[in-house]
Amino acid sequence: MASERVSANAASYRLAVTTRPSIALAVGSIAFFGALAALPAFAARDLIQDLIFVFYMLALAQCWNLLAGYAGLVSVGQQAFVGLGGYLLFALTIFGRLDPLLAIPLAGLIAALFAIPTGLVVFRFRGAYFAIGSWVVAEVYRLVFAQFKQLGGGTGTSLPPFVTNEIAGIEWVKALFDVRTPAARDIISYWIALALAAGTIAAVYLVLRSRRGLALFAIRDQEVTAESVGVDNVRTKLGVYVLTATVTGMIGALIYLQKARISPDAAFAVLDWTAYVILIVVIGGIGTLEGPAIGVIVFYLLQRYLADFGTWYLILLGVIAIAIMLFAPKGIWGYANQRFGLVLFPTRRRLVRS
Amino acid sequence: MAGLADTIIQGVLLGGLYALFAAGLSLTFGIMRLVNLAHGDLIVLAAFAILALASWLAVDPFLALLVALPLMFGVGFGLQHVLLNRALGHGILPPLLVTFGLSIIIQNGLMQGFTADSQRLQAGAIETASVSLGGGVTVGLMPLATFGSAIVVILGLNFLFYKTPLGRAFRATSDDLEIAELMGIDHRRIFSIAMGVAMIVATVAALYLGMRANFDPTIGPARLLYAFEAVIVGGLGSFWGTLAGGVIIGLAQTIGAELNPEWQILAGHLAFLVVLVLRPRGLFPRALD
Repeated sequence: MASERVSANAASYRLAVTTRPSIALAVGSIAFFGALAALPAFAARDLIQDLIFVFYMLALAQCWNLLAGYAGLVSVGQQAFVGLGGYLLFALTIFGRLDPLLAIPLAGLIAALFAIPTGLVVFRFRGAYFAIGSWVVAEVYRLVFAQFKQLGGGTGTSLPPFVTNEIAGIEWVKALFDVRTPAARDIISYWIALALAAGTIAAVYLVLRSRRGLALFAIRDQEVTAESVGVDNVRTKLGVYVLTATVTGMIGALIYLQKARISPDAAFAVLDWTAYVILIVVIGGIGTLEGPAIGVIVFYLLQRYLADFGTWYLILLGVIAIAIMLFAPKGIWGYANQRFGLVLFPTRRRLVRS
Repeated sequence: MAGLADTIIQGVLLGGLYALFAAGLSLTFGIMRLVNLAHGDLIVLAAFAILALASWLAVDPFLALLVALPLMFGVGFGLQHVLLNRALGHGILPPLLVTFGLSIIIQNGLMQGFTADSQRLQAGAIETASVSLGGGVTVGLMPLATFGSAIVVILGLNFLFYKTPLGRAFRATSDDLEIAELMGIDHRRIFSIAMGVAMIVATVAALYLGMRANFDPTIGPARLLYAFEAVIVGGLGSFWGTLAGGVIIGLAQTIGAELNPEWQILAGHLAFLVVLVLRPRGLFPRALD
């Protein structure tokens, strides 16, 4: 794909990005995507609901991975944009009477508009201070949204049935799969979640393969050096910050369409929308595109089988986060990559003999 | 007029509590560039330690504090020695994630040990005692003692930093780790002692936190944010700056609460962001990092 000839002395080399497994994956993933899209025809409703969770956590993890793993922006405040997206969905559908299918992308766009001034404020923090700074900003978002009495204030509110039951295409889904309204709603959410997850992976991959991606790698590896060779650090980082806020806002809108009930404490929860997401990324492998996909599967299994243990489950998650950071900081995929040289989403440019 | 003066005095005194939250954080920022996301939870842990000791030994919280202080020094020293020293020196991510994991473990561990119920340190008559400043303004003895303790703690920290051999080692490690090593300083040991000292300050903060209002295992992260705000507003590297930062956050919260009780916390955060935008390095910066 992206190859250009480089004339060396005698032998001829070309610049390559793709690897053989990556081409196989590209073909395989299109087939896999098609199969997932058709899944509601066979799968039980609780599997569909579980997969919605897996897909939106995967999309959130890819966003955080792009921020922290590539742009060096270790944010503990991404819940700001999840909650913002959720509240925007409620406002746009209840007061604006928009169809949720339209409200989700619009929520993403508005989140992007919020992200620009927010980014300019939090970018005053460097490195580790950025983490707590972004957390403070997320708290400001939570406290401000708790002031909107029309949206339930501090206690929150529910989506009225006229929003949830009249999503565009719901009648068609009901007829096609012969299901009732709640199940049809889940199927539509499932498709949106699938599209968001696939779209996020594609978007992150395209960013990383682009010129901007090279700039990001440079910033990740050595910020000052990157600046000295002509990378505009602030602009590159702001671009990534706004992009991830847009996607995170859309995911937040989807999450709260699916939950149909919102409150400031839940929508801006640091545990649900940032701590779990960070855990997914570090388990799988930070700074790789494959890592979050592996991490989300591990996290789903932990959640499914151990969440009943309540506080002990959360203590275990904390122990896992610490253990990974101390003993395997590159996560599962980083380990596999190092050991077997396996790369499915190649972003590195290599010289190969042609 | 008395109302306004009252609000301002309450705000300043509240700032003393926030400075106590912040001083330990400021110390670990300064010496080892460690942004400890579990700092708030460690304060809450200390409050529960005082609570447990007070009821176990059947003494009042002030006496329990004396037992809790060396205990928490040990906790800080051990934590740094076993865990945090390993996380330092490999970029910003490991210390952030290790302390974030620690925060979750402490919160849920306390939940397991003490349930989610609200607790309070009972100090008896001193809780409600107050002194009159004239002009119809009275202040509680408790907030006054908190502020006084903050000043004593900062005097103590400044003495430790600038007048003792240990403080010299702290400053040397902070300025240049490698050179300090060459001079025979074991930076890991210095870091562990620094964390122990930070926990001593956190335990003093915990005493006043627990006597001032109810606390439960989940309130740590909010205390971390107030502490962080005080440090940044004051400017890195200056303990008196941290006190000033705490006072500004305390004032903003008290004035915000006066306007509308729901705005208390929000006003503090907004004051912090305004200072950050106008003076990115804080009001009294000393260190460059």
